[in-house]
Amino acid sequence: MTAEPLLSVRDLRVEFSTAAGVVTAVDGASFDVRRGETVALLGESGSGKSVTAQAVLGIVPKPAGRVTGGSIHYDGRDLLTLPAPAKRELRGREIAMVFQDPLSSLNPVFRVGAQIGEMFRRHRGASRKEARAQALELMRRVGIPAAEKRLDDYPHQFSGGMRQRVMIAMALALSPRLLIADEPTTALDVTVQAQIMDLLARLQDEEGMSLVLITHDLGVVADVADRVVLMYAGRVVEAGPIREVYEHSAHPYTTGLMGSLPAIDGPRERLTPIQGGPPDLLDLPSGCSFRPRCNFADQLCADEEPALLDAPGRPLPHSSACHHSGKVLSDAF
Amino acid sequence: MAAYVLRRLFFSVFVLWGAVTIIFVVLRLVPGDPAYIMLGPDADQAQIAALRAQLGLDHSLVQQYATYLSNVVRLDFGQSFRLNADSMSLVLQRVPATIQLASTALLVSLLIGLPLGVVAALRANTWIDRGISVFSLLGQSTPSFWLGIVMILVFSRGLQVLPSSGSGTWSHLVLPTITLALPFLAILVRLTRSGLLEVVHEGYVQTARAKGLLESTVILSHALRNALIPIVTVVGLQFGALLGGTVIVETVFAWPGVGRLLIDSIGRRDYGVVQAAILLVATIFVGINLLVDLIYGFLDPRVRLAGD
Amino acid sequence: MTDVTSTDLDVALVATPAKARARGRAGSARIRFGLTVIILYAVAAAIGPWIVRFDPVATRTQDRLKPPFSRLSDGSLAIFGTDQVGQDLLAQMLQGARISIAVGLATLLLAGTIGVTVGLAAGYFGGWLDSVLMRLADIQLAFPSILLAIFIAALLGPSVVNVVIVLAVSNWVTFARVTRGQALATRRREFVDASRTLGAGTWRLIRRCVLPACIAPVLVVATVEIGHVILAEASLSFLGLGTPASTPSWGVTIANGRNYLADAWWISTVPGIALAFLVVSLGVLGDALRDRYDPRLRSL
Repeated sequence: MTAEPLLSVRDLRVEFSTAAGVVTAVDGASFDVRRGETVALLGESGSGKSVTAQAVLGIVPKPAGRVTGGSIHYDGRDLLTLPAPAKRELRGREIAMVFQDPLSSLNPVFRVGAQIGEMFRRHRGASRKEARAQALELMRRVGIPAAEKRLDDYPHQFSGGMRQRVMIAMALALSPRLLIADEPTTALDVTVQAQIMDLLARLQDEEGMSLVLITHDLGVVADVADRVVLMYAGRVVEAGPIREVYEHSAHPYTTGLMGSLPAIDGPRERLTPIQGGPPDLLDLPSGCSFRPRCNFADQLCADEEPALLDAPGRPLPHSSACHHSGKVLSDAF
Repeated sequence: MAAYVLRRLFFSVFVLWGAVTIIFVVLRLVPGDPAYIMLGPDADQAQIAALRAQLGLDHSLVQQYATYLSNVVRLDFGQSFRLNADSMSLVLQRVPATIQLASTALLVSLLIGLPLGVVAALRANTWIDRGISVFSLLGQSTPSFWLGIVMILVFSRGLQVLPSSGSGTWSHLVLPTITLALPFLAILVRLTRSGLLEVVHEGYVQTARAKGLLESTVILSHALRNALIPIVTVVGLQFGALLGGTVIVETVFAWPGVGRLLIDSIGRRDYGVVQAAILLVATIFVGINLLVDLIYGFLDPRVRLAGD
Repeated sequence: MTDVTSTDLDVALVATPAKARARGRAGSARIRFGLTVIILYAVAAAIGPWIVRFDPVATRTQDRLKPPFSRLSDGSLAIFGTDQVGQDLLAQMLQGARISIAVGLATLLLAGTIGVTVGLAAGYFGGWLDSVLMRLADIQLAFPSILLAIFIAALLGPSVVNVVIVLAVSNWVTFARVTRGQALATRRREFVDASRTLGAGTWRLIRRCVLPACIAPVLVVATVEIGHVILAEASLSFLGLGTPASTPSWGVTIANGRNYLADAWWISTVPGIALAFLVVSLGVLGDALRDRYDPRLRSL
């Protein structure tokens, strides 16, 4: 029995106007997020993963950015057709976001307790005292030691990992049903990364919320995510349960990513990086965008953009956008 | 913070000392006898001799400097021979009028300039923004003395709705305030606009939006608060221009403040008063800048607290 | 080939590519406008006084205080009217333009030379020299220079040379700051080290590597500053502390016109318009140059 997905993105298109021309940052992305599951949104810089998150929250930078197509259904309602005040109500309350660099994402002139408490004052009309008490509770919950003393500290007085915990506390404040974490550990040390990922996993468990982890690092999400959605040049190229996709990749980009990772536990093999460089969003190749870097590319790939279809011969739900996914799958063995 | 305050305090005192010394040096550099210069050609020998004794001109330069410094500290700038009163007292009498003019102009600039700057930033690159920018450019480029004269022509002589000189009632304050405030306001608009535009792309503004805050809260609370920090320092520096402006505006509108006294005294070669006036204004300026530094330290917690 | 990432896109402020191109065009339009006006003024200042002769001593009482566009006793047309001694206002203004521009340029040259030298020394050599020089700059900024200008003029009497020196001393700091920044940035770059290991002397290095990088920002600063300097000179002259009362600088002319506001408003008004227009054009040019070459200088 499959319940309605909490979040359902279909054919999302987001464009940006830059001095150099119009860039399609997201070009027809589709994926689901079910209740309580953890989805990893994986891709390099420029893949459109962050912009997708911004579109879900409705904070795509204006006036340069515009959502030009598709739908984003949350709990049955299309967010893109909601009036602005309704969208604003959802932000923070139902859908929350944790950003990449906590030093620049926290306001340097406001105390941390006040920034967390602001959620309660704005959305629940709480008094300053109530908000402060709630903020204290949250800071304890995310594991900040000596929380009472630290309520009145400023962001620059915290270490990187602690700052990220503050951000998580802020996002968690109103028990959102969907939490999007945009590269939550990229700016942190490796040891701290693991702590933060554990924290997110634990909180997700406790709250029963859906978690979308945006990252470029496969390893970071391997233990935590249920499903993975890979994006390349603004499109979804593969999606499915994480073990399935990692072990039976059906897209050359995914196999390329797997092959370029050193395996700690496997035999020591040569790393094979993906040939070519990241795509120029102003000048994408016709048909399949991954074509210039792909060993399987042929004329069909140049003529026709591959649709996101079920991976041939694999248990559902595993989809891939490649004309030659069958070959990719069999090639792996 | 305490260390910061002390540093700024020492610096301010140092600047004032520098000003006093420069005045002393310039006075000595001028060819001719300083006493004679200060008293002018109409003074008689007795007065000159008295002043020479007071200034200690027969002693060594170092001793003259010491005498001078001690006089300055005791606010003794000699008698004004023209107006028959103590120089510094004359100057101090006029201070309230100048403060009234300057602070009104400052208030008007803040009340109009800040909102205009915010609007220009929020509507960047629209015709509203362009209009405000044009206004700002005109405000900075118009010579205040000329603007004052034109205002007198239009409002006093032409429309006859406002007085052209003197002080005493609110209507007397209007034209001088507008003339004085305009360049300051123009700069403030520009600074606020660019400051806010820079800040609006910072991560924490995006975070604020993601928290579901009202857009007005995002801009006026989160963004502006940060944008104001660098603006405050520049405002302090521009305040010197405002003080300089009072000299001109007071002259044009015959406003009875320190600036007008200064110019009149220069004309009368009343150098005791001139020195007193200049040092007083310098002190006010340095004091305001110190205040601005303290405000800056207070506004930016990264300065206020020794962070990690 | 541009590689655009999500973070780059956040910075874009323009709504459409058409608007982006329009802004680029507007920028060069501003530069063209500013330059045109300034060249016009410069030409007028250079050759104007020969065409419309101004004799500082002559008085023609029958032509006193004539309004703009009136015919004078010798048949000539006074476009801007005449002043209290019968002199053609346009002739005076052309002379005034000469003075303003000359003073502006001289001051800028002096201030620029001082500032660039100080900035180079501070930025390139660093260390205690840098600290001392920058302290000096701070002190300069902390002291309202207009007071110094007034005081010196009060003692030494109004003269063009005094004005130039005092204004230069008040305005060198921005040049120094900008040059220092460039010097610091360039010093760290590898090719300077490379040249040094090849035996290039300090002066040669400065001349070849550091100075060229400074030209653009210094130019931007100069354009912005010359407007301030011209205004300052006019203000000082208005107060009687700038150019001597006998020279028809704009400030002096406007000051003289104050006594005749009831009968001849044009004496004070018209030179002011000319002055404001010149400063506005300089401002427009300065902004456009800064936007094109170094938006970081926006805080100036």
